[in-house]
Amino acid sequence: MAYTEEELKKELETKEYEYGFYTDIESETFPNGLNEEIVIAISKKKGEPEWMTLWRLEAFKYWKEMEEPEWANVHYEKPDFQAISYYSAPKKADPNKTLDDVDPELLEMYKKLGISVDEQKKLQNVAVDIVMDSVSVATTFKKTLAEKGIIFCSISEAIKDHPELVKKYIGSVVPQRDNFYAALNSAVFSDGSFCYIPKGVRCPMELSTYFRINQAGTGQFERTLVIADEDSYVSYLEGCTAPSRDENQLHAAVVELVALDGAEIKYSTVQNWFPGNKDGKGGVFNFVTKRAICEKNAKVSWTQVETGSAVTWKYPSCILKGDNSIGEFYSIAVTNNYQQADTGTKMVHIGKNTKSTIISKGISAGKSQNSYRGLVQVNSRADGARNFSQCDSLLMGNECGAHTFPYIEAKNKSAMIEHEATTSKIGEDQIFYCNQRGIDTEKAIALIVNGFSKEVLNKLPMEFAVEAQKLLEISLEGSVG
Amino acid sequence: MLKINDLHANVDDKEILKGINLEVKAGEVHAIMGPNGSGKSTLASVIAGNENFEVTQGSIELSGEDLEDVSPEERAHKGVFLSFQYPVEIPGVSVTNFMKTAINESRKAKGLEDMPAKDMLKLIREKSELLEIDRKFLSRSLNEGFSGGEKKRNEIFQMAMLEPKVAILDETDSGLDIDALRIVASGVNKLKSKDNAVILITHYQRLLEYIVPDYVHVLHNGKIVKSGGKELALELEEKGYDWLKQETAV
Repeated sequence: MAYTEEELKKELETKEYEYGFYTDIESETFPNGLNEEIVIAISKKKGEPEWMTLWRLEAFKYWKEMEEPEWANVHYEKPDFQAISYYSAPKKADPNKTLDDVDPELLEMYKKLGISVDEQKKLQNVAVDIVMDSVSVATTFKKTLAEKGIIFCSISEAIKDHPELVKKYIGSVVPQRDNFYAALNSAVFSDGSFCYIPKGVRCPMELSTYFRINQAGTGQFERTLVIADEDSYVSYLEGCTAPSRDENQLHAAVVELVALDGAEIKYSTVQNWFPGNKDGKGGVFNFVTKRAICEKNAKVSWTQVETGSAVTWKYPSCILKGDNSIGEFYSIAVTNNYQQADTGTKMVHIGKNTKSTIISKGISAGKSQNSYRGLVQVNSRADGARNFSQCDSLLMGNECGAHTFPYIEAKNKSAMIEHEATTSKIGEDQIFYCNQRGIDTEKAIALIVNGFSKEVLNKLPMEFAVEAQKLLEISLEGSVG
Repeated sequence: MLKINDLHANVDDKEILKGINLEVKAGEVHAIMGPNGSGKSTLASVIAGNENFEVTQGSIELSGEDLEDVSPEERAHKGVFLSFQYPVEIPGVSVTNFMKTAINESRKAKGLEDMPAKDMLKLIREKSELLEIDRKFLSRSLNEGFSGGEKKRNEIFQMAMLEPKVAILDETDSGLDIDALRIVASGVNKLKSKDNAVILITHYQRLLEYIVPDYVHVLHNGKIVKSGGKELALELEEKGYDWLKQETAV
């Protein structure tokens, strides 16, 4: 039977979150609430040096003075920051253990998610640093990386073992007082990843981290810092899924990328946190600050596939400080049911002959709202700056929305800025055409969506592209009208 | 092979097909002609299972099986193919990828494994040569930016790839120049066999000079008002449809 609008709606509603299970792991959780004592306790718990504790307290001081931003095109009940527990760690975590020692239940959970560490290790040559509710529980391939002088560890370890690097760069791209959520993260960040690639080194493998939120009512505040020294190269993958939870979970991460002269960083994200149920209940609030600084001749590419979260507020950006530096942003954002996404990028051209490219693909279904928000800023001394932006929206059904908010500020007459935008709708005629060739409606939607997203999917590393394609299919099953 | 009995169909509660009877046997070529609005394209859509049309009475049988509750994709798996009058564009999906998906979905429905890449390549090469299609064409997005002629040729290429039992060609000749028409027609002729059947829907006799039908039917006001051999097409070309309209009005 071909799908009528009604049937499609029905099917769409019955689609449950695929990874909605909960693994029972003993954890140690702080009492709810946030004050100076909690900030100090977190720092102490992690055995941090005093400078780090003070840095956190400074951030907390800023945060107290700040207000939650309201300019984004999203509507939600603001979280009660005093009703959240700011620290939770799996009890059995031990930085010295090998994979064999890892909690079997944990490994089982990753298997369910199709991200078995063993498989990753053997088949895909990916070093996996798993962040599970705030604390790293397994780190692999460390040795191979160490031989090249590459540091890849949790940020907690880095604070202890490489304080000079952390001290120099943490907050250098996203300062503590940058925004409300960044300040919060700076005060209470639990863990995250740290990566340093030495001068002239090409990282031989894709670095990968999987984040998960596991404990009920626990916010997670990762902090990621990637430093690519002069003329080095690294490709970093980040992928997420989360178990189904009834109450909203706050997630406010900060990612800082530092690309020194001639360095290149590729940062890819697949985000599939619980988006809430079909009535818009539950789901993760995803308020993320991601920013890169590009020195002379450096290049940073952000690629993201965003399918999860109830509310997303995320603008991976590039400060093109050095001459001839390049910033790229490739994004696919999918919203379904009552999901809301306000996402895009900022490209700030400071250096001469700096170039940026923005390709954004928004896919909206159900009653969701999907906004692209982007800023292209060319400063007065950025001679010869160039930008190309393309924002395409694909709509399914008649109840969703797609919005585009492009901001352009050019203060240099030689700037060349191009912006293209399209909006289209998956048509019944396209679906019937596929049906007639023997392709059922589910598969037809997947085909059309993958076609629409192709320019961005092509930017992902191979093993990630397959996962991302699957994710698009899962997120949009049955959603056409 | 295809048997249509007293078929009535509505779109938006308006009756378009008002009792069609047609039997197409394996190895036959049938031409369906008729003035604009007579129901030709509706008939094609209804056979393919487009649910924008509601079958109110009658039946369609394929090799003895009633198609009433058979979805469009299952009909395709069973060997129904429609060459669309207006093929749709699917941006970002290459002709090759689309065909690979279509073939493997059909195989999956029959409990077969995906076609090995090697065999797929061979098949693509063979069929694209048959229709004189440039290989570069196959990497382009499906129908996006295709000329009218390219779209039609691509439809017949898909027909060649899918090897249907019953192929319905809905005005495949419209928008084709004489060279493209010759290539498309010769492709269809080569694909024709004693085991499959072709239904040509057309306004003009021109196509029938290249693909010679065994039977010609004239559709008018939702009914087949006259059937005959290929000479009927010539008669229509000469006299137009008006004499038939008058004849049937009596």
